[in-house]
Amino acid sequence: MRRVSRRGLLRAGSAMGTSLLLSGCDGVFESPSLRGVLDFGQWMSRNMQRLLLVRQPLAREFAPSDISQDFPVNGTTMPGGFDYFRMMTSGFSSWRLTVDGLVRRPLSFSLEEIKALPARTQITLHCCDEGWSAIGQWTGVALSRILESAELMPNARYIVFHCLDALEQSFDGSGIYYESLDLFDAFHPQTILAYGMNGGPLPVPHGAPLRLRVERQIGYKSAKYVTRIEAVDRLDTIGRGRGGFWEDRGYQWYAGL
Amino acid sequence: MLSHPTNEAPDQVPPGAPAPTGDKPGEPPAREVIYRHSVPVRVTHWINVLCLTLLLMSGLRLFNYHPALYWGDDGYRGKPAFLSIGAAINRHNGAVVGVTQVAGLTFVTTGVLGVSYDPERGMVRRAFPAWLTLPGEPGLALARDWHFLIAWLFVANGAAYLLFGFLSGHFRRDLAPTSEQLHPRHILSDIWDHMRLRAPRGEAARTYNLLQKLAYLIVVFLLLPLMVLTGLTMSPAVTAAAPALFDLFGGRQSARTIHFLVANLLVLFVLVHVAELLIAGAFNGTRAMITGRYVLKPERRT
Repeated sequence: MRRVSRRGLLRAGSAMGTSLLLSGCDGVFESPSLRGVLDFGQWMSRNMQRLLLVRQPLAREFAPSDISQDFPVNGTTMPGGFDYFRMMTSGFSSWRLTVDGLVRRPLSFSLEEIKALPARTQITLHCCDEGWSAIGQWTGVALSRILESAELMPNARYIVFHCLDALEQSFDGSGIYYESLDLFDAFHPQTILAYGMNGGPLPVPHGAPLRLRVERQIGYKSAKYVTRIEAVDRLDTIGRGRGGFWEDRGYQWYAGL
Repeated sequence: MLSHPTNEAPDQVPPGAPAPTGDKPGEPPAREVIYRHSVPVRVTHWINVLCLTLLLMSGLRLFNYHPALYWGDDGYRGKPAFLSIGAAINRHNGAVVGVTQVAGLTFVTTGVLGVSYDPERGMVRRAFPAWLTLPGEPGLALARDWHFLIAWLFVANGAAYLLFGFLSGHFRRDLAPTSEQLHPRHILSDIWDHMRLRAPRGEAARTYNLLQKLAYLIVVFLLLPLMVLTGLTMSPAVTAAAPALFDLFGGRQSARTIHFLVANLLVLFVLVHVAELLIAGAFNGTRAMITGRYVLKPERRT
């Protein structure tokens, strides 16, 4: 993520002052010179929250009776394309999860192989940046277990989740959903790859056959339809370079708030 | 020098001494200027004006992405909402109507809430109108950036103000009601003065009146801290570190509802605050909050 220098901050601060004085509101709020100030806000929030979470507390887990009756579906509800359709109709028997990038042992799993790994079930609150929240029960394998068996190389800093769904139609693939975490959140015990929801298999609108759950961040970090996990040392060479589908479209990479 | 206004002639009257009246028949009463607001109070006041304005505008924009309020941990489309702002089609003429529902009551709010006019796009479905919210795209991401950045400034400013208020004795001296003010007769006359929109003059205008003090105390020690805490309760990272916040407010959606309601109370406070300023003298009051100097109006002659 971008570092904020003190000089850049001062420059951005004075830019905010001058542009507030010189132009009307609309110009100010869209001015690129303000980006540095807003980035400083993100930097503050991320670092203060990291400080708060340094002992890696768990997000609250709820009781089965708290589970929301009708967990909303956001983003893709059904990935397009014949490949996904064929996988879905065959019960995802041909689906595979690949783990590659900066790992010593690239891996490939079938859904059955993932289900055979030790499972974790958690009932958590999903917080959408739009403002709603819903409680769901998720069953899956800890991401840390997958990463440990793939053996990350020392220069791996981020874990990228490539998905099967295109949330935006494009020729160059830039509309395909993806997300990324750094190792701080990737190795958190509640960061799981879920194949079960509310006691049954993960429904297609919620990301079947496998989705990510990141319980201490806002909903868009919990990517659905995950098919490939890539360990990388930098994010700027992937997609449009900001670490995720929504991040490439102006959203915050760190979404703990 | 502004920092030592008490050295100037009009301020030489010690507190409690009789005000110079110049009450000889035919002569106008003398004007007395007091030093009312210290530098930290003035600086933090105006930073707070900026913060609350931007927090409100970005907050209303955030609200527009899910214009419904619930009670409890979860809340989403389809769950009964305590308050919701939306749009509906009038079956008779096909027009789009803004609809606001509060606690089971339905109001048509076309033009302001639910549906409002946009110079480029005509009538647009959105909870709060564009002129009340922070502009720019992508709207949700930008509103989040602004809201959280200004929240940091607001918290830093508030912390500086609280530190100053306690250490300097500002709270004890200027905001704590005196025992005389708490006398029932005094309370009643204070309420009566407010009802008649009569601003205090002379000696009474030297200090804040009781209702004014209570309003400030409620805002400083109750409403603004509530805004910070309910705001934090909406962050999944913060509640992982401090799950007790869920218990304190009854869940994330309850916290969001309280956040919205208290924001409304703050807007109400600002409206009354500005109204009182107009009643007591807009120029004098605004100047006092900028330069620190406040002109005491002479007592009414009876």
